[in-house]
Amino acid sequence: MIKAVLVFNNHGKPRLTKFYHYYNEEMQQKIIKETFQLVSKREDNVCNFLEGGTLIGGSDYKLIYRHYATLYFVFCVDSSESELGILDLIQVLVETLDKCFENVCELDLVFHVNKVHYILNEIVMGGMVLETSMTEIITRTEEQNRLEKQEGGLAAAPARAVSVVKNINITQQIKDIKLPDLPAAIKDLKF
Amino acid sequence: MDVALRNIRGNIERLFDKNLTDLVRGIRNNKDNEAKYIAQCIEEIKQELRQDNIAVKVNAVQKLTYIQMLGYDISWASFNIVEVMSSPKFTYKRIGYLAASQSFHPDTEVLMLTTNMIRKDLNSQTQYDSAVALTSLSCFISTDLARDLANDVMTLLSSTKPYLRKKAVLLMYKIFLKFPEALRPAFPRLKDKLDDPDPGVQSAAVNVICELARKNPQNYLGLAPVFFKLMTSSTNNWMLIKIIKLFGALTTLEPRLGKKLIEPLTNLIHSTSAMSLLYECINTVIAVLISISSGMPSHNASIQLCVQKLRILIEDSDQNLKYLGLLAMGKILQSHPKSVTVHKDLIMQCLDDKDESIRLRALDLLYGMVSKKNLMEIVKKLMVHMDRAEGTTYRDELLSKLVFICSQNNYQFVTNFEWYLSVLVELTRIEGSQHGPLVAAQMMDVTVRVQAIRHFAVAQMALLLENAHVLATAAHRNTMLEVLYAAAWICGEFSEYLPNIRSTVESMLRTRPASLPPHILAVYVQNVLKLYGRMLGRAEQSEQPEDVDGAMVEVNQVAELIVETLPAFASSADLEVQERATSALQLMKTVQKLQQRGERLGQELQELFSGELNPVAPKAQRKVPVPEGLRLDEWINEPSDESGDEPDAGVDYGVEVFVRAESRAAGPAAAERRYQPTAEELQKSREARVHEQTHNPHYLKGTVQSSSNNYSSMAGELADTPVQQLDLDVPLRIGGFANSDDYLKMQNRSYKASKKNKKKRSKKKHGAQKSSSEDEAPPVVHEVSVGGEMPEGARSSEDEKDARPADDPHRALDINLDEPLAPDEVLPVRAHRQPGRAPPAAAAPATTDARDRHKKKKKKDDKKRKSKKEKRAPEEERAEPAPPAAAAEENGRKPEDDIEFWLSDMPATATPAAAANPAGTAGPADGAGPAGTAEPVPPPKENGEPVSNGATKQKKHKSSKKSKKNKKEKSGRLLGYEEAVGISTPSHEVVAPGLSDLPDSRLQPLAENDRLKLLYEPRASPTDDDRVTVAVLVTNKSPEPLADIQLQLAASDAAELLEQVEPFSLEAGASRELLLPLRVREVTAPLKLAASVTSHTESGGDTLSFKLRLPCTALLVGQLDDKQLFSDLLAGDRLTARATCLVSEVTDDFNQVLRRVAFWGRHTVVEQIDTTASLYSRSICGDHVCVLVKQLAAGRLGIDGKGTNQQLLSNVVDELRAIVAS
Repeated sequence: MIKAVLVFNNHGKPRLTKFYHYYNEEMQQKIIKETFQLVSKREDNVCNFLEGGTLIGGSDYKLIYRHYATLYFVFCVDSSESELGILDLIQVLVETLDKCFENVCELDLVFHVNKVHYILNEIVMGGMVLETSMTEIITRTEEQNRLEKQEGGLAAAPARAVSVVKNINITQQIKDIKLPDLPAAIKDLKF
Repeated sequence: MDVALRNIRGNIERLFDKNLTDLVRGIRNNKDNEAKYIAQCIEEIKQELRQDNIAVKVNAVQKLTYIQMLGYDISWASFNIVEVMSSPKFTYKRIGYLAASQSFHPDTEVLMLTTNMIRKDLNSQTQYDSAVALTSLSCFISTDLARDLANDVMTLLSSTKPYLRKKAVLLMYKIFLKFPEALRPAFPRLKDKLDDPDPGVQSAAVNVICELARKNPQNYLGLAPVFFKLMTSSTNNWMLIKIIKLFGALTTLEPRLGKKLIEPLTNLIHSTSAMSLLYECINTVIAVLISISSGMPSHNASIQLCVQKLRILIEDSDQNLKYLGLLAMGKILQSHPKSVTVHKDLIMQCLDDKDESIRLRALDLLYGMVSKKNLMEIVKKLMVHMDRAEGTTYRDELLSKLVFICSQNNYQFVTNFEWYLSVLVELTRIEGSQHGPLVAAQMMDVTVRVQAIRHFAVAQMALLLENAHVLATAAHRNTMLEVLYAAAWICGEFSEYLPNIRSTVESMLRTRPASLPPHILAVYVQNVLKLYGRMLGRAEQSEQPEDVDGAMVEVNQVAELIVETLPAFASSADLEVQERATSALQLMKTVQKLQQRGERLGQELQELFSGELNPVAPKAQRKVPVPEGLRLDEWINEPSDESGDEPDAGVDYGVEVFVRAESRAAGPAAAERRYQPTAEELQKSREARVHEQTHNPHYLKGTVQSSSNNYSSMAGELADTPVQQLDLDVPLRIGGFANSDDYLKMQNRSYKASKKNKKKRSKKKHGAQKSSSEDEAPPVVHEVSVGGEMPEGARSSEDEKDARPADDPHRALDINLDEPLAPDEVLPVRAHRQPGRAPPAAAAPATTDARDRHKKKKKKDDKKRKSKKEKRAPEEERAEPAPPAAAAEENGRKPEDDIEFWLSDMPATATPAAAANPAGTAGPADGAGPAGTAEPVPPPKENGEPVSNGATKQKKHKSSKKSKKNKKEKSGRLLGYEEAVGISTPSHEVVAPGLSDLPDSRLQPLAENDRLKLLYEPRASPTDDDRVTVAVLVTNKSPEPLADIQLQLAASDAAELLEQVEPFSLEAGASRELLLPLRVREVTAPLKLAASVTSHTESGGDTLSFKLRLPCTALLVGQLDDKQLFSDLLAGDRLTARATCLVSEVTDDFNQVLRRVAFWGRHTVVEQIDTTASLYSRSICGDHVCVLVKQLAAGRLGIDGKGTNQQLLSNVVDELRAIVAS
C-alpha cells in the first residue's frame, strides 16, 4: 500500500500532497516537513530508499523518492510494494506530467495542482496502484478534460479568456524539468 | 432566456473574483506575510460560499483545496464541498470530489448526507462520473458508506467498462476494511476478476487479493494454484511482482508450496531482465528457503544462485540496487550465514560507501559474519570507520553495532578479553556519543564475568580515573562520562588487584564534585571507602613491622585526604551523594579515632564490602519459588481509588532515590529535575532502563550499591556458584592504556605462524587472506562465565526449551500459536484478526433496515449455494471440507469466517486438498480443476505442463458440468486416499489395524465390592430417539455362587428404565451382561442415576449401591450417515451454540489423541487434515455436535465445538477435554 504521495520543491514547499490515510492538516504538514528534512539532506547519487520517517508509517514503511530539478517526488509505501517498482511508478508519473503539460516545470504544478491530482488519481487509487501504462493514463485524463471543455461551452468562454490573459504573466523561469534517464538496469521493466 | 442571462452575468461577475491562479499568485507575492494573506483569502472564500451561484462556490472550493495543502483546516467548509460534489456538471463534480478526497475522513459528519448522492454518481451513465466518485470514495469511505454502497460498487465489478471495473475492484478493498461483512459475498466476484480479460482489472484484483492475503495469509492459501497459474502465464511485471511477493508470505505457512515455487522462480531469475522482478524473485526464493530449511535437503543451488545474483546487485553502480542487494543478503544471513560470509569482502567494501543507508545495511550484515577468527579484524575496521564518520548518528550506530557484535551470544566470538577491554577503553574517546552507558555496562559486565581479566581491567580503569579530566572536559553532552561510573566501581570492587591504591583514591578525590553527575559521585564516595579499607588492610598485614609503619603513614595520609575532601561531596545537591558522603565521613572519623587508640580495623573495614558479585541468570527472577503460604494475587490492603494510578510512579521514584538516577546521560543539570519527575520523564526513564536491560541481560542492574552492602549476609549463598577460573598466559601490560591494535597484530602473528606450519600439509591456502578456514579459530585466551545465579529452589522448567535465538528461522514458522483457526480448519469459531479493521462493533449499530437487507441477500446466497451443493453432492460425500465455510455462514457478524467460507466454498477447496496432499502439491482452488485435487499437479519442471493444465482448468471452469462428472469419477479414488492417511473413521466402525492402543469395547468400571464387579457401557441407539441401552457386565468375584442377583435403578426424572431386569444367578467367576434399556429425557447434562445390586449367597444377602454415571458423550451417537448433512449443518444457521477449550501439555501423538477422542467421546471423524480434524456426533435427542480438534504449538490442543444445544455442547467439550487430558 502507498500511504502518501508527496511532491515538494527544494525548499520544502508542498506542491502536491496526497494522503491515503487520514492525518489532520497539522500532522500532514509535520510529515511533509520531516520528509523534506530527511530527503533533502541526501546527496543526489545515493540510493532512493529511506527508512526512518517517524511520523508516517513506522518500521514497515519506506520512503521512496526521486529528485527532479527543483522537485522531490516522494512515495511513502509499506513492504507490500516493490521498491524498484515504485521508483518506476514515480517515473511514470513524472513522464505523464511531462506529456500532459508539455515539458512540465514546477510552475505547472503550482498553478495546476488540480490537474496533477487528476493525473495521480489515474495512477494510484486509495493507496493502491491503479494503472501503470502511460498511454492509458493519458487517454483517460484527456477524455475527462474533453468532457470538461464540452461542459464549459459558451458560458465558460469569458472565464477562459480571462484566465488565458491572466496566465500570460507566468514567468517562464524554470521551464524545464529535465528528466534524467532511468538507470539502465530498471529501464526494461515493462508494463 | 432569463436563466441563461443570469448565468452569463454570474460568470462575468466571476471574472472579478479571485480564482485559483490569482490565489496562488497572491500567495507567491506575499511571501513575507503569507499567513495574513491566506487568512484574508479565507474570509473572501467564506463570503463566496454564501452566494447562491454554484460557479462561485466551485471557485471557492477549488481555492480551499489549495489552501488545505498548505496546512489549513477546511473542515468548516465540508457542507459546501458536498454542495459542489452534488453539482450535475462533471467539471464541478470533479472539483468537489477532489476537495472531499483531500479533506474528508471517515469521521467527517457531512458524509452521512452524501450516501444517496454518491450512489447516484456511481450509477451514473457517464463513466467518468462514476469513476470520480469511486476514486474519491476510496479516500474517505466510512463504515456507513461502505455498508450502504457495497452493493453498488459490487454491481460496478461487472460493469462493461474495464475502467470502472478496475476502480471498483480497488475500492472493494477499502470497503472490506470498513465493512468486513462484505468480503464474503464479494469474494467470488473478486476472484473472478483474476481472470478478467482486461489486464488492468486483473492487476487490480491481484493487488487487492494480495493486500488482503498479506494480512491473513492463511485464508488465501487456497488461491495459491490460481496465482501459480497467473505467475507462470502472465507477462505483466507489476502483477508478477505482487504475486511473487504474496507467495513469499504464503510460503511461510505452507512449505510445500515453496518447494513447488522454487523451480519457476529460478527460471524467472534466469530469464527476466527487469531488475525489480528479479529482486522480488530472489526475495521470495529466500523466503521459501527459510521456510523449508527445516528437515529438507538444503537447496544449495538456489542459495548459491540468489547470493550470486545479489552480489551482482551489490556490485552494481546503481545505489538502489546495492541497497536492495544488501537488504536481501540480510535475509539470507539469517538462514544461511555461511553463504553470505563468503562475500565478506564485498560487504566490508560497502562500509566505505558514501551513502549512509548502504553503510547501515552493510553494518546489519556484519554481525552475522563475525567469527572468532575475524572479529578483531572487523572491529578494527569499524573503529577506523568510527574515527572517520562525520555524523554522530552514524557513529553511534557503529558503536552500538560494534558492542553488539562483540557481546552477542555471551561474547561467543571474543577470545581475548584484554583486547576487548582495550577496545572499550578506546571507545571512550569517541566524542558526543549517546552510548556511554552501553560502554560502561560492557566494562562492568566483562570484568564481572571474566575473572581472569580483572587484573587487567582494574589497571585500565585506574588509568581511566586518573585521566578523568579528559572525559570530563569533553563536550558537555558527552555520555562517555558514564565509564567513570564503571571505572570507579570496578576499581573499588576488585581493589585486591589494584597495585597503587593511593593514586587511584587521589585521582577520585581530585574531581570537582560539580563536574560529575551525582550518581557517579555517589559511586566515587562509596568506592573511595572500599579502597581505603583495602589499603588499611594491606598495610596492617604487611609482614615486616618497619613496612607497617611506612605503610601506615601512607594510609593515614590518605585518610586525612579523604576526611578533607568528603565535606565537598557532602554538600552536593544530590541526596544520594550527600548521604553517602556524610556517612562515609563519619565512618572515616570513627576509624581514625579508633586507630589512634591503636586498634587494627583493616579487616573489619574490608568486611563491610566483602562478598563476591556474580552475574544473575536472566531468568533468576522468574525462578524464585513462591514461598508456601504466600498468595501473590491477594491484596494486602484493598486498593483505594485515588491511589489507583500512582503505584507505578511511586515505584519509579523509589528506584531513583536509592539507585542511580534515570538518565545518567543528563548530567549534573538533571539534579534539579529529579525531584519532580513528570510522567513523561518517568516513562522515558523506564524505557531507557528497559532498553539497557535488554541489551545487557546478565548484569544485575541498579542494585549494585545495595547488594554490596548486603554482601556479608549473602556471601554464603553466593560462594557456591561455580565461576570458571582461567590461567592467564598472556603478559599484562599495565604501563598505559592497552592498544587494541596490538592484540590484532599479536593474533595475526600467531596465525601466520600456524599457517606456516599448516602450509606444509596443505598447499591450497592463499596467504593473502589472513583467515580462510573455519577450523583454525584463534586460541581462547579468556573465558566468560556464562551461567548466572539462580535463586535457591529454582527448578529447571519447560519454558527453557524455547531458547531459540531471535533470528532462528523456525521462529518465523511458529505462527499459529494463539491464532485461533486457520482457513483449512473445519468449524472455525474465531478466526484471524483483520488488518486495521474497524471493529465489527462499529458496524453493529447498523440500522435494522440495512441488516435486514443484508440478511435477505444472504438468504439468497444460501439458496444459490444450496442448489449448487445439491448438484455437487457426490463429490461432497468424500468429506469435502465445506464445513469451515459453512460454519461461518451462520454468523454474519464474523467477517473472518466469511473469508473462510468463500475460500472453502470454492468447489474443490484447494486448501485442505493441498494440505492433505502428501505430494505437497497444492490442489487447485479453482473448483473446476478437480484433476488437480486427485492427481498431484505435475512438477513445473516439465515445462509448459502447468500452463496447459491451467488452460484446461479455465476451460473446465466455463463448463462446470463436465468437471462435475470428472469429480464423480475421482471421488472414489479420493476416498481411498483419505483412509490411507490412517485415521479410523468411526462411521465405518473400523479400527484400522495397528491401532491397538484402544480397547475393544468401551466398558468402564462401574462398581465393585468383594463379591461383584460391575462394568458398564452406555450404548446410545442410533435409530430410536431418546433411547440408550446401558450394558452392564456383572462378574461374580466371590468363590461361591450368587443367587437372586437383582439390579435396581432408582426412579428419576431424567431417565426411566423401560424394562426391569429379571433376577438371575451367577456361578463363581462367571459373568453376565445385562442390558438396561433407558429412556432419557434430558441429554444436555451428565446423568447420575442411583442404582443398586442385591445378591444372595447361602451366608446372606448383600447390597451394592452405586451411581450410574452417564456422561453427555455417552448419550451421543457418533455416526454420520451423510456427510452432506455435516456440511449443510455448518452452512446453515442451526449451530448457534459454541464452546471452546484449550488443553495444554498434550504429549501424545495427534492421531492417538484423535482416536481416543473419537472412541471415548463417541464422535465420528469427518475429516482430518494433518493435525486438524473435524468430528461429528449427535445426541439421541437429535442435537448436533460438531467439533474441531486442532493441534497447536507447544503441545497444546484446541477443541472448538459448535452445536445446536449450548448446554450439551459445553458439557461435551468439557468431557472431550477430560478425554484428551487422560
